[in-house]
Amino acid sequence: MDITLQRVGYTYAAGTPFQKQALHDVDVRIPDGSYTAVIGHTGSGKSTLLQHLNALLKPTEGTVRVGDTVITKETKGKQLRSVRRKVGIVFQFPEHQLFEETVLKDVMFGPLNFGIPEAEAAARAEELLGLLGLPEGTAEKSPFDLSGGQMRRVAIAGVLAMDPDVLVLDEPTAGLDPSGRREIMDLFHRLHEERDMTTILVTHSMEDAARYADHVIVMHDGTDVLEGPPEDVFGDAGRLARWRLEVPRTVAFQREFERGAGLPEGPPCLTEEQLADYLAGAVKKGGGAR
Amino acid sequence: MMEKMVFGRYIPGDSFVHRLDPRTKLIFVFIFIAAVFLANSTASYALLLGFTLFAIIVSKVRIGFLIGGLKPVIFLIAFTFLLHIFFTKQGDLLFEFGFIKVYEEGLRQGIYISVRFLVLVLMTSLLTLTTSPISITDGLEVLLGPLKKIRFPVHELALMMSISLRFIPTLMDETDKILKAQLARGSDISSGTMKERVKAVVPLLVPLFVSAFKRAEDLAVAMEVRGYRGGEGRTRYRQLKWDWRDTTALLILLLLIAGLWLLRR
Repeated sequence: MDITLQRVGYTYAAGTPFQKQALHDVDVRIPDGSYTAVIGHTGSGKSTLLQHLNALLKPTEGTVRVGDTVITKETKGKQLRSVRRKVGIVFQFPEHQLFEETVLKDVMFGPLNFGIPEAEAAARAEELLGLLGLPEGTAEKSPFDLSGGQMRRVAIAGVLAMDPDVLVLDEPTAGLDPSGRREIMDLFHRLHEERDMTTILVTHSMEDAARYADHVIVMHDGTDVLEGPPEDVFGDAGRLARWRLEVPRTVAFQREFERGAGLPEGPPCLTEEQLADYLAGAVKKGGGAR
Repeated sequence: MMEKMVFGRYIPGDSFVHRLDPRTKLIFVFIFIAAVFLANSTASYALLLGFTLFAIIVSKVRIGFLIGGLKPVIFLIAFTFLLHIFFTKQGDLLFEFGFIKVYEEGLRQGIYISVRFLVLVLMTSLLTLTTSPISITDGLEVLLGPLKKIRFPVHELALMMSISLRFIPTLMDETDKILKAQLARGSDISSGTMKERVKAVVPLLVPLFVSAFKRAEDLAVAMEVRGYRGGEGRTRYRQLKWDWRDTTALLILLLLIAGLWLLRR
Protein backbone atom coordinates (compact mmCIF):
# COMPACT_ATOMS: atom_id res chain seq x y z
CA MET A 1 0.00 0.00 0.00
CA ASP A 2 1.59 3.23 -1.15
CA ILE A 3 1.46 6.25 1.13
CA THR A 4 1.76 9.62 -0.59
CA LEU A 5 1.83 13.05 1.02
CA GLN A 6 1.22 16.03 -1.22
CA ARG A 7 2.05 19.55 -0.08
CA VAL A 8 1.13 18.62 3.45
CA GLY A 9 1.21 21.28 6.13
CA TYR A 10 0.16 21.07 9.75
CA THR A 11 -0.31 23.91 12.21
CA TYR A 12 -0.96 23.25 15.89
CA ALA A 13 -3.57 25.41 17.66
CA ALA A 14 -4.28 27.49 14.56
CA GLY A 15 -5.90 30.85 15.28
CA THR A 16 -4.73 31.14 18.90
CA PRO A 17 -1.69 32.95 20.30
CA PHE A 18 -0.10 29.50 20.67
CA GLN A 19 -0.22 28.58 17.01
CA LYS A 20 2.81 26.76 15.72
CA GLN A 21 3.55 25.44 12.29
CA ALA A 22 4.99 21.95 12.61
CA LEU A 23 4.97 20.87 8.97
CA HIS A 24 4.95 22.70 5.66
CA ASP A 25 5.17 21.64 2.01
CA VAL A 26 5.87 18.00 2.74
CA ASP A 27 5.94 15.95 -0.46
CA VAL A 28 6.96 12.36 0.12
CA ARG A 29 6.09 8.96 -1.23
CA ILE A 30 6.50 5.79 0.78
CA PRO A 31 6.48 2.93 -1.72
CA ASP A 32 4.53 -0.25 -1.04
CA GLY A 33 6.67 -2.92 0.60
CA SER A 34 9.55 -0.57 1.38
CA TYR A 35 11.41 -0.19 4.65
CA THR A 36 11.49 3.57 4.97
CA ALA A 37 13.48 5.41 7.61
CA VAL A 38 12.55 8.96 8.57
CA ILE A 39 15.47 10.82 10.10
CA GLY A 40 15.91 14.37 11.32
CA HIS A 41 17.07 16.22 14.40
CA THR A 42 14.78 16.90 17.36
CA GLY A 43 11.93 19.22 16.40
CA SER A 44 12.25 18.58 12.68
CA GLY A 45 8.63 17.39 12.44
CA LYS A 46 9.22 13.63 12.37
CA SER A 47 6.65 12.81 15.03
CA THR A 48 4.01 15.11 13.53
CA LEU A 49 4.61 13.52 10.16
CA LEU A 50 4.17 10.05 11.59
CA GLN A 51 0.79 10.90 13.08
CA HIS A 52 -0.45 11.77 9.61
CA LEU A 53 0.27 8.26 8.38
CA ASN A 54 -2.79 6.83 10.08
CA ALA A 55 -4.88 9.95 10.35
CA LEU A 56 -4.35 10.67 14.04
CA LEU A 57 -3.71 14.15 12.72
CA LYS A 58 -5.42 15.47 9.65
CA PRO A 59 -3.32 17.79 7.51
CA THR A 60 -4.32 21.45 7.75
CA GLU A 61 -3.07 21.82 4.18
CA GLY A 62 -2.58 19.35 1.35
CA THR A 63 -3.55 15.69 1.11
CA VAL A 64 -2.39 12.39 2.54
CA ARG A 65 -3.13 9.32 0.47
CA VAL A 66 -3.01 5.93 2.20
CA GLY A 67 -3.71 3.18 -0.33
CA ASP A 68 -6.92 4.43 -1.93
CA THR A 69 -8.10 6.52 1.01
CA VAL A 70 -7.53 10.23 0.66
CA ILE A 71 -7.28 12.26 3.86
CA THR A 72 -7.67 16.03 3.87
CA LYS A 73 -8.68 18.38 6.63
CA GLU A 74 -12.36 17.79 5.76
CA THR A 75 -12.24 14.00 6.10
CA LYS A 76 -14.68 12.76 8.75
CA GLY A 77 -13.86 10.44 11.60
CA LYS A 78 -15.71 7.38 10.32
CA GLN A 79 -13.52 6.97 7.24
CA LEU A 80 -10.40 7.07 9.37
CA ARG A 81 -10.97 3.78 11.15
CA SER A 82 -10.28 1.69 8.05
CA VAL A 83 -6.97 3.52 7.67
CA ARG A 84 -6.11 2.86 11.32
CA ARG A 85 -6.73 -0.81 10.83
CA LYS A 86 -4.26 -0.97 7.95
CA VAL A 87 -1.60 1.23 9.51
CA GLY A 88 -0.34 0.21 12.94
CA ILE A 89 1.74 2.63 14.97
CA VAL A 90 4.17 1.71 17.71
CA PHE A 91 4.61 4.98 19.57
CA GLN A 92 7.61 6.04 21.62
CA PHE A 93 7.53 4.26 24.96
CA PRO A 94 4.53 2.15 23.91
CA GLU A 95 4.47 0.46 27.33
CA HIS A 96 2.53 3.50 28.55
CA GLN A 97 -0.52 2.35 26.66
CA LEU A 98 -0.95 -0.94 28.57
CA PHE A 99 -4.08 -1.06 30.70
CA GLU A 100 -5.67 -4.51 30.82
CA GLU A 101 -5.71 -7.00 33.68
CA THR A 102 -3.68 -9.56 31.77
CA VAL A 103 -1.11 -9.39 29.04
CA LEU A 104 -3.24 -11.56 26.78
CA LYS A 105 -6.25 -9.27 27.05
CA ASP A 106 -4.11 -6.24 26.33
CA VAL A 107 -2.67 -7.75 23.17
CA MET A 108 -6.19 -8.73 22.08
CA PHE A 109 -7.52 -5.17 22.54
CA GLY A 110 -6.60 -3.97 19.04
CA PRO A 111 -7.86 -6.98 17.09
CA LEU A 112 -11.16 -7.06 19.04
CA ASN A 113 -11.72 -3.36 18.33
CA PHE A 114 -11.44 -4.10 14.65
CA GLY A 115 -13.98 -6.90 14.86
CA ILE A 116 -11.74 -9.95 14.80
CA PRO A 117 -13.38 -12.96 16.52
CA GLU A 118 -12.22 -13.62 20.06
CA ALA A 119 -10.72 -17.06 19.44
CA GLU A 120 -8.66 -15.82 16.54
CA ALA A 121 -7.50 -12.75 18.45
CA ALA A 122 -6.38 -14.94 21.34
CA ALA A 123 -4.52 -17.29 19.02
CA ARG A 124 -2.76 -14.36 17.37
CA ALA A 125 -1.84 -12.89 20.71
CA GLU A 126 -0.33 -16.16 21.96
CA GLU A 127 1.66 -16.53 18.78
CA LEU A 128 3.01 -12.98 18.92
CA LEU A 129 3.98 -13.23 22.57
CA GLY A 130 6.10 -16.24 21.63
CA LEU A 131 7.52 -14.49 18.59
CA LEU A 132 8.60 -11.53 20.72
CA GLY A 133 10.47 -13.85 23.04
CA LEU A 134 8.30 -13.44 26.13
CA PRO A 135 8.60 -16.35 28.56
CA GLU A 136 5.91 -18.98 28.82
CA GLY A 137 3.10 -17.95 31.16
CA THR A 138 3.46 -14.21 30.56
CA ALA A 139 0.03 -14.11 28.92
CA GLU A 140 -1.78 -14.58 32.23
CA LYS A 141 0.27 -12.04 34.17
CA SER A 142 -0.66 -8.43 34.77
CA PRO A 143 1.26 -6.21 32.37
CA PHE A 144 2.24 -4.01 35.33
CA ASP A 145 4.18 -6.88 36.94
CA LEU A 146 6.58 -7.16 34.00
CA SER A 147 9.97 -5.55 33.55
CA GLY A 148 10.26 -2.44 31.36
CA GLY A 149 11.70 -4.39 28.45
CA GLN A 150 8.96 -7.01 28.65
CA MET A 151 6.26 -4.35 28.83
CA ARG A 152 7.68 -2.85 25.67
CA ARG A 153 7.44 -6.20 23.91
CA VAL A 154 3.87 -6.72 25.04
CA ALA A 155 2.90 -3.29 23.73
CA ILE A 156 4.57 -4.03 20.40
CA ALA A 157 2.70 -7.34 20.25
CA GLY A 158 -0.50 -5.37 20.80
CA VAL A 159 0.10 -3.38 17.63
CA LEU A 160 1.32 -6.33 15.58
CA ALA A 161 -1.78 -8.29 16.61
CA MET A 162 -3.88 -6.05 14.37
CA ASP A 163 -1.91 -7.53 11.48
CA PRO A 164 -1.39 -4.15 9.82
CA ASP A 165 -0.25 -3.78 6.21
CA VAL A 166 1.90 -0.85 7.24
CA LEU A 167 3.86 -0.72 10.47
CA VAL A 168 5.03 2.65 11.75
CA LEU A 169 7.71 2.62 14.43
CA ASP A 170 8.60 5.71 16.45
CA GLU A 171 11.94 5.14 18.17
CA PRO A 172 10.84 1.63 19.13
CA THR A 173 14.04 0.79 21.01
CA ALA A 174 14.58 3.98 23.01
CA GLY A 175 15.61 3.09 26.55
CA LEU A 176 16.22 -0.62 25.90
CA ASP A 177 19.50 -2.37 26.57
CA PRO A 178 21.77 -2.99 23.55
CA SER A 179 20.98 -6.68 23.08
CA GLY A 180 17.24 -6.14 23.42
CA ARG A 181 17.52 -3.30 20.97
CA ARG A 182 19.17 -5.43 18.33
CA GLU A 183 16.76 -8.29 18.89
CA ILE A 184 13.68 -6.12 18.41
CA MET A 185 15.06 -4.33 15.37
CA ASP A 186 15.95 -7.69 13.78
CA LEU A 187 12.45 -8.93 14.52
CA PHE A 188 10.89 -5.95 12.77
CA HIS A 189 13.15 -6.56 9.81
CA ARG A 190 12.16 -10.22 9.67
CA LEU A 191 8.46 -9.34 9.82
CA HIS A 192 9.02 -6.79 7.08
CA GLU A 193 10.52 -9.45 4.83
CA GLU A 194 8.33 -12.42 5.74
CA ARG A 195 4.97 -10.67 5.80
CA ASP A 196 5.83 -8.11 3.16
CA MET A 197 4.87 -5.41 5.62
CA THR A 198 5.62 -1.84 4.60
CA THR A 199 7.70 -0.52 7.49
CA ILE A 200 8.33 3.07 8.45
CA LEU A 201 10.96 3.71 11.09
CA VAL A 202 11.27 7.11 12.72
CA THR A 203 14.63 7.19 14.42
CA HIS A 204 17.55 9.20 15.73
CA SER A 205 19.88 6.30 15.09
CA MET A 206 21.64 6.72 11.76
CA GLU A 207 23.04 3.22 12.25
CA ASP A 208 19.56 1.66 12.39
CA ALA A 209 18.43 3.69 9.40
CA ALA A 210 21.49 2.65 7.40
CA ARG A 211 21.29 -1.01 8.39
CA TYR A 212 17.61 -1.72 7.86
CA ALA A 213 16.07 0.84 5.52
CA ASP A 214 15.97 0.73 1.75
CA HIS A 215 14.48 4.22 1.49
CA VAL A 216 15.36 7.22 3.62
CA ILE A 217 13.52 10.50 4.13
CA VAL A 218 15.35 13.39 5.78
CA MET A 219 13.24 15.96 7.63
CA HIS A 220 14.49 19.41 8.57
CA ASP A 221 12.56 22.36 10.03
CA GLY A 222 9.15 20.88 9.27
CA THR A 223 9.70 19.79 5.69
CA ASP A 224 11.34 16.97 3.73
CA VAL A 225 14.73 17.97 2.40
CA LEU A 226 16.02 14.72 0.92
CA GLU A 227 14.58 11.39 -0.09
CA GLY A 228 16.49 8.47 -1.54
CA PRO A 229 18.25 5.14 -1.00
CA PRO A 230 20.54 5.02 2.06
CA GLU A 231 23.68 4.77 -0.10
CA ASP A 232 22.85 8.24 -1.47
CA VAL A 233 21.72 9.83 1.77
CA PHE A 234 24.61 8.62 3.91
CA GLY A 235 27.39 9.14 1.36
CA ASP A 236 27.86 12.84 1.99
CA ALA A 237 28.74 13.87 5.56
CA GLY A 238 28.92 17.58 4.73
CA ARG A 239 25.39 17.65 3.39
CA LEU A 240 23.97 15.80 6.41
CA ALA A 241 25.77 18.18 8.78
CA ARG A 242 23.77 21.05 7.32
CA TRP A 243 20.63 19.38 8.68
CA ARG A 244 22.37 18.73 12.00
CA LEU A 245 22.71 15.02 11.28
CA GLU A 246 25.71 12.73 11.13
CA VAL A 247 26.69 9.78 8.98
CA PRO A 248 26.45 6.34 10.61
CA ARG A 249 29.51 5.33 12.63
CA THR A 250 30.53 2.77 10.00
CA VAL A 251 30.65 5.48 7.34
CA ALA A 252 32.47 7.88 9.67
CA PHE A 253 35.08 5.22 10.31
CA GLN A 254 35.34 4.41 6.62
CA ARG A 255 35.95 8.05 5.69
CA GLU A 256 38.53 8.40 8.44
CA PHE A 257 40.26 5.29 7.15
CA GLU A 258 40.19 6.47 3.55
CA ARG A 259 41.69 9.79 4.52
CA GLY A 260 44.43 8.12 6.54
CA ALA A 261 45.26 5.59 3.83
CA GLY A 262 45.06 8.16 1.04
CA LEU A 263 42.25 6.26 -0.70
CA PRO A 264 39.44 7.90 -2.71
CA GLU A 265 36.00 7.96 -1.04
CA GLY A 266 34.18 4.76 -1.91
CA PRO A 267 30.46 3.95 -1.69
CA PRO A 268 29.40 4.18 1.98
CA CYS A 269 29.48 1.02 4.10
CA LEU A 270 26.07 0.92 5.79
CA THR A 271 26.64 -2.00 8.16
CA GLU A 272 29.51 -3.42 10.16
CA GLU A 273 29.58 -6.41 7.81
CA GLN A 274 29.98 -4.21 4.74
CA LEU A 275 32.67 -2.21 6.49
CA ALA A 276 34.58 -5.36 7.43
CA ASP A 277 34.45 -6.61 3.83
CA TYR A 278 35.58 -3.24 2.56
CA LEU A 279 38.52 -3.11 4.96
CA ALA A 280 39.53 -6.69 4.20
CA GLY A 281 39.50 -5.86 0.48
CA ALA A 282 41.58 -2.74 1.02
CA VAL A 283 44.11 -4.59 3.16
CA LYS A 284 44.54 -7.34 0.57
CA LYS A 285 44.98 -4.83 -2.26
CA GLY A 286 47.35 -2.54 -0.40
CA GLY A 287 49.17 -5.34 1.45
CA GLY A 288 52.24 -5.15 -0.83
CA ALA A 289 52.82 -1.43 -0.25
CA ARG A 290 53.67 -1.99 3.38
CA MET B 1 -7.05 17.46 20.66
CA MET B 2 -6.54 19.30 23.93
CA GLU B 3 -5.61 22.51 22.18
CA LYS B 4 -8.93 24.21 22.81
CA MET B 5 -8.75 24.24 26.61
CA VAL B 6 -9.05 27.83 27.83
CA PHE B 7 -9.37 27.06 31.54
CA GLY B 8 -6.81 28.94 33.60
CA ARG B 9 -4.85 29.79 30.52
CA TYR B 10 -2.20 32.43 30.86
CA ILE B 11 -1.12 34.62 27.95
CA PRO B 12 2.32 36.04 28.55
CA GLY B 13 2.63 39.76 27.87
CA ASP B 14 4.24 42.95 29.00
CA SER B 15 1.34 45.31 29.66
CA PHE B 16 0.67 47.41 32.74
CA VAL B 17 -1.68 44.72 34.00
CA HIS B 18 0.79 41.90 33.37
CA ARG B 19 3.44 43.68 35.39
CA LEU B 20 1.28 44.27 38.43
CA ASP B 21 2.16 42.34 41.55
CA PRO B 22 -0.05 39.23 41.83
CA ARG B 23 -1.05 40.36 45.34
CA THR B 24 -2.37 43.61 43.89
CA LYS B 25 -4.33 41.80 41.24
CA LEU B 26 -5.83 39.37 43.74
CA ILE B 27 -6.84 42.13 46.15
CA PHE B 28 -8.06 44.24 43.24
CA VAL B 29 -10.31 41.54 41.82
CA PHE B 30 -11.56 40.59 45.26
CA ILE B 31 -12.58 44.15 46.13
CA PHE B 32 -13.88 44.73 42.62
CA ILE B 33 -16.23 41.75 42.98
CA ALA B 34 -17.64 43.29 46.15
CA ALA B 35 -17.80 46.76 44.59
CA VAL B 36 -19.88 45.49 41.69
CA PHE B 37 -22.75 45.10 44.11
CA LEU B 38 -22.66 48.82 44.95
CA ALA B 39 -23.97 49.68 41.51
CA ASN B 40 -27.73 50.18 41.31
CA SER B 41 -28.31 52.84 38.66
CA THR B 42 -27.83 53.02 34.92
CA ALA B 43 -24.96 55.45 35.32
CA SER B 44 -23.15 53.25 37.82
CA TYR B 45 -23.51 50.14 35.66
CA ALA B 46 -22.23 52.12 32.69
CA LEU B 47 -19.24 53.12 34.79
CA LEU B 48 -18.56 49.47 35.68
CA LEU B 49 -18.77 48.38 32.06
CA GLY B 50 -16.59 51.25 30.92
CA PHE B 51 -14.04 50.50 33.60
CA THR B 52 -13.88 46.83 32.61
CA LEU B 53 -13.33 47.75 28.97
CA PHE B 54 -10.62 50.16 30.08
CA ALA B 55 -8.91 47.37 32.05
CA ILE B 56 -9.08 45.04 29.04
CA ILE B 57 -7.55 47.69 26.79
CA VAL B 58 -4.76 48.36 29.28
CA SER B 59 -4.03 44.63 29.56
CA LYS B 60 -3.64 44.32 25.76
CA VAL B 61 -5.35 40.91 25.83
CA ARG B 62 -7.01 40.12 22.52
CA ILE B 63 -10.75 40.70 22.94
CA GLY B 64 -11.51 37.58 20.87
CA PHE B 65 -9.81 35.45 23.47
CA LEU B 66 -11.93 36.87 26.28
CA ILE B 67 -15.11 36.37 24.30
CA GLY B 68 -14.10 32.76 23.68
CA GLY B 69 -13.81 32.36 27.44
CA LEU B 70 -17.31 33.77 27.93
CA LYS B 71 -19.02 30.98 26.02
CA PRO B 72 -19.65 28.72 29.04
CA VAL B 73 -21.45 31.50 30.99
CA ILE B 74 -23.39 33.01 28.11
CA PHE B 75 -26.25 30.59 28.79
CA LEU B 76 -26.39 31.59 32.44
CA ILE B 77 -26.46 35.27 31.54
CA ALA B 78 -29.22 34.75 28.97
CA PHE B 79 -31.23 32.68 31.43
CA THR B 80 -31.19 35.26 34.23
CA PHE B 81 -31.94 37.99 31.71
CA LEU B 82 -35.06 36.17 30.54
CA LEU B 83 -36.13 35.44 34.12
CA HIS B 84 -36.14 39.15 34.88
CA ILE B 85 -37.90 40.05 31.65
CA PHE B 86 -40.74 37.65 32.35
CA PHE B 87 -41.18 37.84 36.08
CA THR B 88 -40.51 41.43 37.15
CA LYS B 89 -43.80 43.24 36.83
CA GLN B 90 -43.10 46.82 37.84
CA GLY B 91 -43.06 50.12 35.99
CA ASP B 92 -44.77 50.82 32.70
CA LEU B 93 -45.83 48.06 30.37
CA LEU B 94 -43.46 48.24 27.39
CA PHE B 95 -45.10 45.74 25.08
CA GLU B 96 -47.40 42.77 25.10
CA PHE B 97 -47.17 39.65 22.98
CA GLY B 98 -49.86 37.11 23.81
CA PHE B 99 -49.34 36.12 27.40
CA ILE B 100 -45.86 37.67 27.51
CA LYS B 101 -45.86 41.10 29.09
CA VAL B 102 -42.61 43.01 29.30
CA TYR B 103 -42.39 45.77 31.88
CA GLU B 104 -39.91 48.59 32.01
CA GLU B 105 -38.45 47.52 35.35
CA GLY B 106 -38.05 43.92 34.15
CA LEU B 107 -36.04 45.01 31.16
CA ARG B 108 -33.95 47.32 33.31
CA GLN B 109 -33.22 44.67 35.94
CA GLY B 110 -32.44 42.11 33.23
CA ILE B 111 -29.87 44.36 31.68
CA TYR B 112 -28.38 45.27 35.08
CA ILE B 113 -27.92 41.64 36.08
CA SER B 114 -26.43 40.71 32.72
CA VAL B 115 -23.93 43.54 32.93
CA ARG B 116 -23.06 42.51 36.48
CA PHE B 117 -22.37 38.94 35.37
CA LEU B 118 -20.43 40.04 32.33
CA VAL B 119 -18.23 42.39 34.31
CA LEU B 120 -17.50 39.78 36.98
CA VAL B 121 -16.56 37.09 34.47
CA LEU B 122 -14.45 39.45 32.37
CA MET B 123 -12.50 40.75 35.35
CA THR B 124 -11.74 37.33 36.79
CA SER B 125 -10.75 36.01 33.35
CA LEU B 126 -8.47 38.98 33.00
CA LEU B 127 -6.81 37.98 36.26
CA THR B 128 -5.99 34.46 35.08
CA LEU B 129 -5.13 35.53 31.55
CA THR B 130 -2.53 38.07 32.69
CA THR B 131 -1.09 36.31 35.74
CA SER B 132 0.88 33.09 35.50
CA PRO B 133 -0.54 30.36 37.76
CA ILE B 134 2.73 30.31 39.67
CA SER B 135 2.46 34.02 40.53
CA ILE B 136 -1.15 33.60 41.59
CA THR B 137 -0.04 30.88 43.98
CA ASP B 138 2.80 33.02 45.29
CA GLY B 139 0.42 35.91 45.81
CA LEU B 140 -2.10 33.71 47.59
CA GLU B 141 0.54 32.28 49.86
CA VAL B 142 1.54 35.75 50.99
CA LEU B 143 -2.01 36.99 51.35
CA LEU B 144 -3.05 33.93 53.35
CA GLY B 145 0.10 34.25 55.47
CA PRO B 146 -1.71 35.57 58.57
CA LEU B 147 -3.67 32.30 58.75
CA LYS B 148 -0.45 30.55 59.79
CA LYS B 149 -1.12 32.00 63.23
CA ILE B 150 -4.05 29.64 63.61
CA ARG B 151 -1.92 26.74 62.30
CA PHE B 152 -3.50 26.71 58.89
CA PRO B 153 -1.00 24.96 56.51
CA VAL B 154 -0.65 27.88 54.09
CA HIS B 155 2.68 26.85 52.61
CA GLU B 156 1.60 23.27 52.04
CA LEU B 157 -1.61 24.45 50.43
CA ALA B 158 0.31 26.76 48.10
CA LEU B 159 2.76 23.98 47.27
CA MET B 160 -0.10 21.62 46.44
CA MET B 161 -1.65 24.27 44.26
CA SER B 162 1.52 24.99 42.35
CA ILE B 163 2.27 21.30 41.86
CA SER B 164 -1.22 20.64 40.51
CA LEU B 165 -1.03 23.67 38.25
CA ARG B 166 2.41 22.64 37.07
CA PHE B 167 1.19 19.19 36.11
CA ILE B 168 -1.99 20.17 34.28
CA PRO B 169 -0.19 20.63 30.94
CA THR B 170 1.90 17.51 31.53
CA LEU B 171 -1.18 15.41 32.18
CA MET B 172 -2.88 16.95 29.15
CA ASP B 173 0.03 15.93 26.95
CA GLU B 174 0.02 12.50 28.50
CA THR B 175 -3.73 12.11 27.90
CA ASP B 176 -3.27 13.19 24.32
CA LYS B 177 -0.50 10.65 23.77
CA ILE B 178 -2.36 7.74 25.35
CA LEU B 179 -5.54 8.71 23.55
CA LYS B 180 -3.71 8.60 20.25
CA ALA B 181 -2.06 5.29 21.06
CA GLN B 182 -5.45 3.74 21.85
CA LEU B 183 -7.10 5.33 18.82
CA ALA B 184 -4.37 3.74 16.73
CA ARG B 185 -5.38 0.41 18.28
CA GLY B 186 -8.94 0.99 17.12
CA SER B 187 -10.51 2.27 20.31
CA ASP B 188 -13.37 4.65 19.64
CA ILE B 189 -14.58 7.16 22.20
CA SER B 190 -16.64 9.41 19.97
CA SER B 191 -19.28 6.95 18.78
CA GLY B 192 -21.36 4.04 20.01
CA THR B 193 -23.85 3.72 22.85
CA MET B 194 -23.33 5.38 26.22
CA LYS B 195 -22.15 2.08 27.69
CA GLU B 196 -19.60 1.54 24.94
CA ARG B 197 -18.27 5.03 25.38
CA VAL B 198 -17.84 4.64 29.11
CA LYS B 199 -16.04 1.38 28.48
CA ALA B 200 -13.77 3.11 25.97
CA VAL B 201 -12.57 5.50 28.68
CA VAL B 202 -10.99 2.70 30.72
CA PRO B 203 -8.03 2.19 28.35
CA LEU B 204 -7.39 5.90 28.72
CA LEU B 205 -7.77 6.27 32.48
CA VAL B 206 -5.78 3.26 33.66
CA PRO B 207 -2.50 4.26 31.96
CA LEU B 208 -3.08 7.86 32.99
CA PHE B 209 -3.43 6.95 36.66
CA VAL B 210 -0.44 4.63 36.51
CA SER B 211 1.77 7.35 35.11
CA ALA B 212 0.40 10.00 37.47
CA PHE B 213 1.28 7.87 40.48
CA LYS B 214 4.70 7.13 39.07
CA ARG B 215 5.25 10.81 38.48
CA ALA B 216 4.14 11.70 42.01
CA GLU B 217 6.59 9.20 43.44
CA ASP B 218 9.44 10.50 41.28
CA LEU B 219 8.63 14.04 42.33
CA ALA B 220 8.57 13.12 46.01
CA VAL B 221 11.96 11.42 45.72
CA ALA B 222 13.40 14.34 43.78
CA MET B 223 12.20 16.77 46.45
CA GLU B 224 13.57 14.66 49.24
CA VAL B 225 17.04 14.25 47.73
CA ARG B 226 17.20 18.00 47.42
CA GLY B 227 16.43 18.37 51.08
CA TYR B 228 12.93 19.75 50.99
CA ARG B 229 11.65 20.21 54.53
CA GLY B 230 8.59 22.40 54.14
CA GLY B 231 8.15 26.15 54.27
CA GLU B 232 9.93 27.02 57.56
CA GLY B 233 12.78 29.43 56.89
CA ARG B 234 12.61 28.90 53.16
CA THR B 235 13.76 31.78 50.95
CA ARG B 236 12.13 32.63 47.67
CA TYR B 237 13.48 32.60 44.14
CA ARG B 238 10.65 34.75 42.82
CA GLN B 239 10.48 37.85 44.98
CA LEU B 240 7.27 39.82 44.97
CA LYS B 241 7.89 43.55 44.59
CA TRP B 242 5.45 46.33 45.22
CA ASP B 243 6.01 49.35 42.95
CA TRP B 244 4.26 52.46 41.70
CA ARG B 245 2.06 50.44 39.36
CA ASP B 246 0.49 48.61 42.27
CA THR B 247 -0.18 51.80 44.20
CA THR B 248 -1.68 53.35 41.06
CA ALA B 249 -3.92 50.36 40.45
CA LEU B 250 -5.29 50.43 43.97
CA LEU B 251 -5.83 54.21 43.81
CA ILE B 252 -7.78 53.73 40.59
CA LEU B 253 -9.86 51.11 42.36
CA LEU B 254 -10.61 53.60 45.16
CA LEU B 255 -11.68 56.18 42.58
CA LEU B 256 -13.95 53.59 40.98
CA ILE B 257 -15.59 52.80 44.31
CA ALA B 258 -16.05 56.50 45.04
CA GLY B 259 -17.58 56.95 41.59
CA LEU B 260 -19.96 54.05 42.10
CA TRP B 261 -20.98 55.44 45.48
CA LEU B 262 -21.76 58.85 44.00
CA LEU B 263 -23.74 57.40 41.10
CA ARG B 264 -25.95 55.29 43.32
CA ARG B 265 -29.59 56.13 43.29
